[in-house]
Amino acid sequence: MTAEKVFKNPANLKRRKFVNSLMIFLCVVSSVLTILPLLYIFIYTTQSGISALNIDFFTKLPKPVGETGGGMANAIVGSGILIGIGGLIGIPIGILGGIYIAEYSKSFLAGVIKFTTDVLSGVPSIVVGIFAYGVVVLSMQSFSALAGGFALGILMIPTVTKITEEMLKLVPQSLREASLALGVSRWKTTLKVVLKTASSGIITGVLLAIARAAGETAPLLFTAFGNSFWQTRLDQPIAALPLQIFVYAISPYEDWHRQAWAGAFVLIFLVFVVNFLVRFVTRNKYS
Amino acid sequence: MTFADTEEEEPEIEQASDPSVIIKNAVTTKDLSVYFNKRPAIENINIKIKRNSVTAIIGPSGCGKSTFLRSLNMMHDMTPKAQVFGEIFIHGENIMDFNTVDLRKKVGMVFQKPNPFPTMSIYENVTAGFRLNGIGSRKEHDIIVEKNLVSAGLWDEVRDRLKTPALSLSGGQQQRLCIARTIAVNPEIILMDEPTSALDPVSSSKIEELIYNLKKDYTIVIVTHNMQQAARVSDQTAFFYTGRLVEISKTRKMFTNPKEILTEEYVTGKFG
Repeated sequence: MTAEKVFKNPANLKRRKFVNSLMIFLCVVSSVLTILPLLYIFIYTTQSGISALNIDFFTKLPKPVGETGGGMANAIVGSGILIGIGGLIGIPIGILGGIYIAEYSKSFLAGVIKFTTDVLSGVPSIVVGIFAYGVVVLSMQSFSALAGGFALGILMIPTVTKITEEMLKLVPQSLREASLALGVSRWKTTLKVVLKTASSGIITGVLLAIARAAGETAPLLFTAFGNSFWQTRLDQPIAALPLQIFVYAISPYEDWHRQAWAGAFVLIFLVFVVNFLVRFVTRNKYS
Repeated sequence: MTFADTEEEEPEIEQASDPSVIIKNAVTTKDLSVYFNKRPAIENINIKIKRNSVTAIIGPSGCGKSTFLRSLNMMHDMTPKAQVFGEIFIHGENIMDFNTVDLRKKVGMVFQKPNPFPTMSIYENVTAGFRLNGIGSRKEHDIIVEKNLVSAGLWDEVRDRLKTPALSLSGGQQQRLCIARTIAVNPEIILMDEPTSALDPVSSSKIEELIYNLKKDYTIVIVTHNMQQAARVSDQTAFFYTGRLVEISKTRKMFTNPKEILTEEYVTGKFG
């Protein structure tokens, strides 16, 4: 068939146009299906949670069973502390590990780290909780914020490592060479050129890890343990939003159910705010 | 500037071991070989390059032009499984005696594709060699930026927008920015790896003009696929073929009356 015939063949053209629109339609349907659950969760949580939201929720401690009112102030602060400790452990280790794998991948050790990271990312979070229980809780003889933060930190490591590695590998080799050719040492090149170029992607990964950790409940059950009172000491059991939500949600009290919804709403909202703030602060002035 | 003609060139290899000759030249290589994965990319290259001259390196793809160029500033350090044998002297000093970082300050490099730092402005790119090493004050940077952008023939085009991202420039401007960035750290030798192959003819001719002007202050080694370019910009030309140096002569001689039949066939377009 000559080229002319191919182009002028109306049946062929019709079929191709049909297949084209069909594929575009499937793509649109898939994207809608992706967004739908998120929207639904967001709307449903807002509807159910907003009614129990008031100033007290952010400023008061939980009330004993039978009394209405009270809030989750201690759990909000507790979650902040736990994520802070987790971040201090998970983010530096994750980023440095990612740098090592991406920039020095020739070595045998890098291969080992890479494999270990992949395995670690598949370990169920409750197993990590048991590990933290064995290592921190048993040796300190107490449930504590440190143990909870430790568990969250370990859960953050593989996410941060993986995304750092992938983002660094996207940085073109020519930029490394450009920097080296100017008489800049290897580590300065890695730090000031490679890492900086990849920073927005790495920040996304870190935020993802934080968001995940913020919502983790299982590993906190026997590490942070939860607390109905104010506690900011790191060596004592501490309250956390997901734990509080869990306890309230499985309780038989109507008031607690409403507060659990409010807690869920606040959790989602806080993750959203942190995302937004970090992106705003670290935005790249040239993109 | 005279280069050895046929008769004088014969004893070249013996001369290379004479210290006075080594010091006189900007670059001298002795039996330079580079292996990738135990397979030779270039073998036994002996070359002398005079100060303040432009040397073009030509040859078909895969003949080892870039490999040779990148061995001069030890860029093969970055390549796993690369081995370099033989000796390289820069102004009489063996490069093995240098720390890599210091060597690269003396031997700058311009790459095939313009590669300004995407996270930096035009200003920051020119001073990158200083900023990344944490050297120099704001005032000194201002002077460096103007001086080197003028030398690179870019000042008039960008003086009003030094703070804009380097990536907002056109390809040709980006390449001149990269040249400004390279000469800003005051190298003695500039290596150029096909610096115009990603550019349009107008931008290319600007770069060629620039190369001609830079010759006053620097020794330039340029790899090029474009034989007209080699003829236009260089004082001497080296022809590489399958990892060996076939011929190195004054450019005029190379393109009119080469010694080797292989060279003649290549420059007249019979193969390659």
